[in-house]
Amino acid sequence: MATRILIPTPLRPYTDRQDAVDAEGRTVGELLADLTARHSGLKAHLYNDQGRLRSFVNVYINDEDIRYLQKEQTPVKDGDTISIIPSVAGGAPTSAEVAAGRPASPGAGAGDALPELSNEEVRRYSRHLILPEVGMEGQRRLKAAKVLCIGAGGLGSPVALYLAAAGVGTIGMVDFDAVDISNLQRQIIHGTPDLGRSKLASATDKIKAINPRTDVKGYEVALSSANALQIFEGYDVVVDGTDNFPTRYLVNDACVLLGIPNAYGSIFRFEGQASVFGTAEGPCYRCLYPEPPPPGLVPSCAEGGVLGVLPGMVGMIQATEAIKLILGVGEPLIGRFLIYDALRMRFRELKLRKDADCPVCGTHPTVTKLIDYEQFCGLRPAADAPAGARATEITAVEFKQRLDRGDRLTIVDVREPNEFQINRIAGSILIPLGEVPARCAVELNRDDEIVVLCKVGGRSAKAADYLRTQGFTRVLNLRGGILDWIDKVDPSQPKY
Amino acid sequence: MRVTVRLFARLRDIAGAGELERPIAPGATIASVWRDLAREYPDFAQYERSISSAVNLDYARMDRAIADGDEIAFLPPVSGG
Repeated sequence: MATRILIPTPLRPYTDRQDAVDAEGRTVGELLADLTARHSGLKAHLYNDQGRLRSFVNVYINDEDIRYLQKEQTPVKDGDTISIIPSVAGGAPTSAEVAAGRPASPGAGAGDALPELSNEEVRRYSRHLILPEVGMEGQRRLKAAKVLCIGAGGLGSPVALYLAAAGVGTIGMVDFDAVDISNLQRQIIHGTPDLGRSKLASATDKIKAINPRTDVKGYEVALSSANALQIFEGYDVVVDGTDNFPTRYLVNDACVLLGIPNAYGSIFRFEGQASVFGTAEGPCYRCLYPEPPPPGLVPSCAEGGVLGVLPGMVGMIQATEAIKLILGVGEPLIGRFLIYDALRMRFRELKLRKDADCPVCGTHPTVTKLIDYEQFCGLRPAADAPAGARATEITAVEFKQRLDRGDRLTIVDVREPNEFQINRIAGSILIPLGEVPARCAVELNRDDEIVVLCKVGGRSAKAADYLRTQGFTRVLNLRGGILDWIDKVDPSQPKY
Repeated sequence: MRVTVRLFARLRDIAGAGELERPIAPGATIASVWRDLAREYPDFAQYERSISSAVNLDYARMDRAIADGDEIAFLPPVSGG
């Protein structure tokens, strides 16, 4: 009994250009063995050196992925149709697209649609071209590819530099910040002469210096639900190098909704994480972390600190994954979560699965369009929340006015002692966030008006919430923390 | 019966160690190991809803049963970039 196997465009050179061929076998494994016996050129494309099915080759039986059935042991019945679907940049194509011979994205599929390389480009990329896994076609795929970096900071810096050097034709960058001196310890795309410049202008110069042919598209905006889909549309891979939870969830959801793979990376002090989310077959960020942490619980790099070389390592993993996805080679970090510990120099890997109940990529998604991510992450009260929620904050300028007026305010700094040594507000007392529960009842008076502060306002918001639960009724959080205070009120103090 | 607990990011800081050995009772789940740790380290409690967990390097939900010798990992999310 012969079974029909649909062959995708990139593999048709090995089947005498036929889009479907017959093979025999009782299981998918037997069928593929028979297929590669009949068309020996396919073997290297379907199996790795160990004789295992390559992870980027997805096999579907009647539109069901065999990995969710019995893998290569999945039995084949009379009349079944098998589709071989290599994953490509821009997400795995549906079997219907492959059957119709339509490439899934401009960077993939039919070789003749790819841009040519000039003689100078051949010389520039010669070390790529002699790699069988890249070659001329792979380099042309890179040239056709469009990669969007979210953030031109610690992670975005190495990502953009290496992707430009590797010959990725279009690099989009989303960032609205200016280069600050505290960035230079790790954001290597920016230099000392760039202080005060827009990060996009600075990054564009460095990318162009490495590779003038790179088409850099800058988006000098705060990524939001209103603009994300429009910005992402048309990109083959998104590289998430943002620094906050609302944007992480926004990038994840937008990638899933558009079917764009997300080369994810994140850092904390000495630890990094990386994975590839948002592919049709693999899990997404929400499968791993369905709920965001409450605001203030997880310190940012500004609050928690970060080893300068750490984003270099993690960003390079993201860039590697982006290139592999574009080329369709190797085993991408799909369904695998890599944890890097720089202090102990250890890599660990967790297996992840797509969560059928995932609200965005599961079988019955409840998130079918972008939502309000600030609200989702608890940073802004819901529209129907009681009015006056904002009255729990005070701005640096208002705070100064009240101090000048002689108002009696207890100022509580909830940072760590090493931060307090760098700068402080005169008259403030230091109670690190972790010590607030033990010390507040002893050292603070419930009837006093209390202003809490930290570096940028996250930890102090948490402290303020806690104090309110303990019966302190007049607690104000200094918005923007001591950094905003220094900017607006006391520029004589150093910032960190 | 004992398990190895691996802690990451803030949880490692709070516990002061990245690897702990803990006894488990018959019928233990990831959640029961977590609850024991949260009693030992009260600051863990606030992470309960936002961590992810794994058994023997395989992502698993909190209700998953665990056995002698298993390695349980708890990972809080991190957002730095």
